[in-house]
Amino acid sequence: MKRHLLESADLDRADATLVLDTAAQIDQALAGREVKKLPTLRGRTVVNLFYEDSTRTRISFELAAKRLSADVINFSAKGSSVSKGESLKDTALTLEAMGSDAIVVRHSASGAPHRLAHWVQGSVVNAGDGTHEHPTQALLDAYTIRRRLGRLDGVRVVVVGDVLHSRVARSNVWLLTTLGAEVTLVAPPTLLPVGVGSWPVTVSYDLDAVLPKADVVMMLRVQLERMTASFFPSAREYSRRYGLDAVRMAALGDDAIVMHPGPMNRGMEIAADVADSVRSTIVEQVGNGVSVRMAVLYLLLGGNA
Amino acid sequence: MTVLIKGARVLGGEPADLLLADGRVAEVGQRLDAAGATVVDAGGLVALPGLVDLHTHLREPGREDAETVETGSRAAALGGFTAVHAMANTDPVADTAGVVEQVWRLGRKAGLVDVVPVGAVTVGLRGERLAELGAMADSAARVRVFSDDGHCVADPALMRRALEYVKAFDGVVAQHAEEPRLTAGAQMNEGDRSARLGLAGWPAAAEEAVIARDVLLAQHVGARLHVCHVSTAGSVEILRWAKSRGVQVTAEVTPHHLLLTEACAESYDPVFKVNPPLRTDEDVLALRQGLADGTIDAVATDHAPHAVEDKESEWASARPGMLGLEQALAVVVQALVEPGLLDWAGVADRMSVRPAAIGRLSGLGDRAHGRPLAAGEPANLLLLDPAARSVVDPAALASRSRNSPYAGRELPGRVVATFLRGEATVLDGKAVR
Repeated sequence: MKRHLLESADLDRADATLVLDTAAQIDQALAGREVKKLPTLRGRTVVNLFYEDSTRTRISFELAAKRLSADVINFSAKGSSVSKGESLKDTALTLEAMGSDAIVVRHSASGAPHRLAHWVQGSVVNAGDGTHEHPTQALLDAYTIRRRLGRLDGVRVVVVGDVLHSRVARSNVWLLTTLGAEVTLVAPPTLLPVGVGSWPVTVSYDLDAVLPKADVVMMLRVQLERMTASFFPSAREYSRRYGLDAVRMAALGDDAIVMHPGPMNRGMEIAADVADSVRSTIVEQVGNGVSVRMAVLYLLLGGNA
Repeated sequence: MTVLIKGARVLGGEPADLLLADGRVAEVGQRLDAAGATVVDAGGLVALPGLVDLHTHLREPGREDAETVETGSRAAALGGFTAVHAMANTDPVADTAGVVEQVWRLGRKAGLVDVVPVGAVTVGLRGERLAELGAMADSAARVRVFSDDGHCVADPALMRRALEYVKAFDGVVAQHAEEPRLTAGAQMNEGDRSARLGLAGWPAAAEEAVIARDVLLAQHVGARLHVCHVSTAGSVEILRWAKSRGVQVTAEVTPHHLLLTEACAESYDPVFKVNPPLRTDEDVLALRQGLADGTIDAVATDHAPHAVEDKESEWASARPGMLGLEQALAVVVQALVEPGLLDWAGVADRMSVRPAAIGRLSGLGDRAHGRPLAAGEPANLLLLDPAARSVVDPAALASRSRNSPYAGRELPGRVVATFLRGEATVLDGKAVR
């Protein structure tokens, strides 16, 4: 593994597989244990540097670090020196001076983790940067697919929704194709980036046409403010054309699964009965997230301090 | 001061001597002699008329921590410039006779280049109503170029009025062509790379649409239009079409758009963030071709100094812009002269003669720029060593800022000397003061 995890576009097949295999070993090691904790990162310090509110991702990383016995510091930009105008660089150097070994960063600006990696000695983990990438989400999605379907090679994954603004979509496109999956993106043309034609994916505007052949349907969160910017006319029309409801779900093959990175807009991109169905892996994804993030921290920090 | 330049190749021609006296070129010839003259050995050096920049941000008044009229003038002289147009987006904005005269006076005081203030088109660059363009034209600063640079005069009716109004004093509106509704939040060129990097796209169409609109307006009202920092192949096509129809339009391209591409954004290093953004390889080739065939009239630096804290940040919050004065000629040598697209006469035309004509500096008598290097003309010139190559070190620049996109890059050509009205501002590659 490299020193940082900045984007899944950086991961080759061997690296990505190593993360998934390590997560599987961690799951095995912890299965049935009463104390779900490994001593591997004892004495190491992980900082969660969050410039955006994201309770679920922050908690997942916090839990992952704690289960590896690392010390964890949560640094939320709100109410800190950052809100008083401190720069990203000064904040990073301050945290490092206090002895952090890894910085897990969530930032609204694409590329912020890359700048950070340029300034600090320790490892940087991208926990979501702007509309760029969210590599640990893609890793946990890949891990979930592999556990459910037993493989990734040749798996047909349909990603539906606001690809333009989605870091989850970008990370999944690069990671899943690296791991041999076939990815189809489905969205209204307004929510696909100009330049999507250069990605190693198939693009469709018609959800119904692609569902019967899908092994995995991954629904992306659609933010309602996109509607006011004319990306689509109304929530109702979006839901009708691109939402996954029970009728559409019935078109799926027997073993196909439904994923969502959360948080969901029930009734918008995904109907409640779909989200709660047996095909849904949504809760499982959350659990797998902790294991995958443990694997990432373990591999980056070497576990041998 | 009398200066005798020995053996310079004027516009790359045969070696000749130039005698500079009383601010003018006294004589050009072979084996000239002048008692008491300071002799400059120019063997192997190319002599060009002093460069004229149509687009410089000197940051004074307002951001003297990033650049001052004096430091920017020194950077300009080191780049071979003898006149620079100082853009209006200062603080306060140069939208009154008072501010443009202040900038003009600061330029006189520095005395390293002629600082020619640009006036804002609209009050406060807000795009709502015309600034007092006539008062700025009539002031001591003698403003002829008006621009809201940094902002587009997006309102078509206001743009039409501006184009018309400045005809009264032979002015020109220099448009920053960017349809703001198409570039809200834009960070880099829109295309394959922006899609992957997750940076909001700045589509070429946002520039081209405004240029197309404005050439039609300029034609309709019979006014002069100048287009700032053209960055796309499509813009070159529209300009070519407009010129073929006889529209009075001129255009400039920056050194960075002639050399660098959007690939620089891969690093997320905001030193490469600029507006308009760096584009594709195809755009760079079209811009070079457009400059070579004259569709684009001038190279203009868009020298945009920024303090370290405004650039050492995440990409989205960094300010756009990059330094250009000190490397402009070197970039043109690399991008156009070395590949054979432009000869030295062409360089003189695009970096001195035509920009001076656009700014209406060619007919100013003693204070004219962009004139040929011939007896009787003002002695504004530079001497370039075309064989020299050096690696750009931002710490060594005269600008007060360090945001050079060429850091660590080897570029050809070295400005050995610059003369403003016969007085050396640069000698042995160093500013005289």
